[in-house]
Amino acid sequence: MSDWLGRQIPKILLAPTFLAVLVFVYGFIAWTAWISFTRSRLMPQYEIDGVIQYERLFAAPRWDTAMNNLYVFGTLFIVIAMVLGLALAILLDQHIRAEGALRTIYLYPMALSMIVTGTAWKWILNPGLGIEAMVRGWGFESFSFGWLVDPDKAIYTIVLAAIWQSSGFVMALFLAGLRSVDGEIIKAAQVDGIPTWRIYTAIIIPSMAPIFLSAFIVLAHLAIKSFDLVIALTGGGPGYATDLPATYMYAMAFSRGDLGQAASSAMIMMSVVFAIVVPYLYSELRAKHD
Amino acid sequence: MKLFTAASAASVLAMTAGAAFAEPKAEVMHWWTSGGEAKSVAVLQEEFAARGGSWTDMPVAGGGGDAAMTALRARALSGNPPTAVQLKGPAIQEWYEEGVLADISDVAEAQGWADVLPAQLAEHMKCDGHWCAAPVNVHRVNWIWANADILESNGIEMPTTWEEFNAAAEKLKAAGVTPLAHGGQSWQDATVFETVVLGLGGPEFYQQALVDLDEEALTSDTMKQVFDEMRVLRGYVDDNFSGREWNLATAMVMNGEAAFQIMGDWAKGEFVAAGKVPGEDFLCAPTPGEGYLYNVDSFAMFEVEGEDAKEGQALLAELIVGPSFQETFNLNKGSIPVRTDVSLDKFDMCAQKSSEDMQADAQNGSLLPSYAHGMALRGAQAGAITDVVTAHFNSDMSSEEAVEQLAAAVANSM
Repeated sequence: MSDWLGRQIPKILLAPTFLAVLVFVYGFIAWTAWISFTRSRLMPQYEIDGVIQYERLFAAPRWDTAMNNLYVFGTLFIVIAMVLGLALAILLDQHIRAEGALRTIYLYPMALSMIVTGTAWKWILNPGLGIEAMVRGWGFESFSFGWLVDPDKAIYTIVLAAIWQSSGFVMALFLAGLRSVDGEIIKAAQVDGIPTWRIYTAIIIPSMAPIFLSAFIVLAHLAIKSFDLVIALTGGGPGYATDLPATYMYAMAFSRGDLGQAASSAMIMMSVVFAIVVPYLYSELRAKHD
Repeated sequence: MKLFTAASAASVLAMTAGAAFAEPKAEVMHWWTSGGEAKSVAVLQEEFAARGGSWTDMPVAGGGGDAAMTALRARALSGNPPTAVQLKGPAIQEWYEEGVLADISDVAEAQGWADVLPAQLAEHMKCDGHWCAAPVNVHRVNWIWANADILESNGIEMPTTWEEFNAAAEKLKAAGVTPLAHGGQSWQDATVFETVVLGLGGPEFYQQALVDLDEEALTSDTMKQVFDEMRVLRGYVDDNFSGREWNLATAMVMNGEAAFQIMGDWAKGEFVAAGKVPGEDFLCAPTPGEGYLYNVDSFAMFEVEGEDAKEGQALLAELIVGPSFQETFNLNKGSIPVRTDVSLDKFDMCAQKSSEDMQADAQNGSLLPSYAHGMALRGAQAGAITDVVTAHFNSDMSSEEAVEQLAAAVANSM
């Protein structure tokens, strides 16, 4: 009896969460998918009306801008944050003094909420308050740094703030990875007189492939669901130049009473996430079977 | 336990006493939570209590009403909507179509609303011919505010045409003053846009383009001129305007950093709160051109269950349109009473001008709903127009391209 109970307890304990996830995650994904095929406006309607919402979505220039921004933001953010994180990790890995303190300093931005980061950078980058005003105050009258108010460059300010926020976290991931590489191999390489940079490029970094993948997955989903940073830093502006899919969806669902449109954009966002996560899960699961 | 028996005894009493003795109750959802606005709602709350009602306040702050709409959707879906909700313009019709609004024609007829409200504004308060909402105030959107000192020291008169405005702005720019205080938020771009549409195209064109969404009007040469003027105005705005709140732009005019602001009369509240006097420290005038763009706040009445709630709803509607609330509320808020029979003695010169113009424009057929403030169009269409306006204003898009995009966006939003 107690044996049976012992075997069943994990299942019983997990059942409520399993049910909750089934309903509140997958159930609502299904509901959103349904709504995306209807003409729902202010309130949900359940009459299927084909792919009209997707046609409208792809015809909207604002959605184009949002997807484009996601592409620019996602690529730059992930690549730069990883490169910077790796560089910081390698530098910190040189058994330097006060490593603990430095590590904490770099990791700290992660402790801030995106809203705080966004607001702080909004002030720093505002031409009349921040860097531009400061440098002009030093006497360089012609200095100009107006990315925040330039519709073509505003998206880079979001990249900048997001990298500032997350690269410390990536550094911590990589540092853990660097430390987990077998010290014997490194010592053997050093005995063979191989230069340090070669040790990193040929031995340490290749053995950290799983860490790269984890860092990529974390950063990619941060990028796709980015919302608060945009709202705090640019409010989607100038115009809608820095709209991302998440802010587009929010505007449609909550400001414009266009639920069908919001649902279709949510489905596209989910497809993007799936396109990244499914191969990852697949490779993870396959690795377990091997 | 004693308390419990007492309470149940009371409720039994209340039930037996029947409807005649039911205490009118109302649950009111609104997003007037900031200083002056909250004070204005408190006035209504006091009047309601003085008439023996019990008021449940349901303020939902945030997002210019977005948060409240989300809460309302949840309440309406679960079949338990509040008594009255701050809603305006076509949104009232949208909710009516969902079949959740009540008929308050009894109160409206007993109080003679049809005689005291301008017919045009009253139309917004009706669903399929019966009254379903109570109007609170009228904001005029097409105002231009100016710093009196700056205009005087530069020898500039309040402009009455857009050419005069441009000439004045060039002069100010040369003198080192920012001509136009503006905040780069899409609704502010839209506010300026609609005043230019009205000013350059006239009331009839405004009606065709931004109310009827007539494709010919949207792609006309007049619309191109409007976008040309928007591009010119862009040059009169300082470089830091991106993301600025409207009240900070008002402060620029107040502090003499900028000369003009185009904004609805809620901006007056900021001037007055800072101790500025209209006519002396700051000037108000309608934006160049004729016509009156209105933004009417109102409470939509939802279908409620129970005699006490129905009574509360009727009482609330009566009080909202009642002369005493109309006066006190609008003195606090900076707008004007929606009733035409309220004395304006206590109001300032801008409000008096607004009221005079409203009545004159109502006669001429140039009293028009503001599209930028959700009076003329439903959310999806208004949003589609705003997207194009703000994209044009914040980039180097040509007027031709803007006009094409405008027509495409409107068609796509249907």
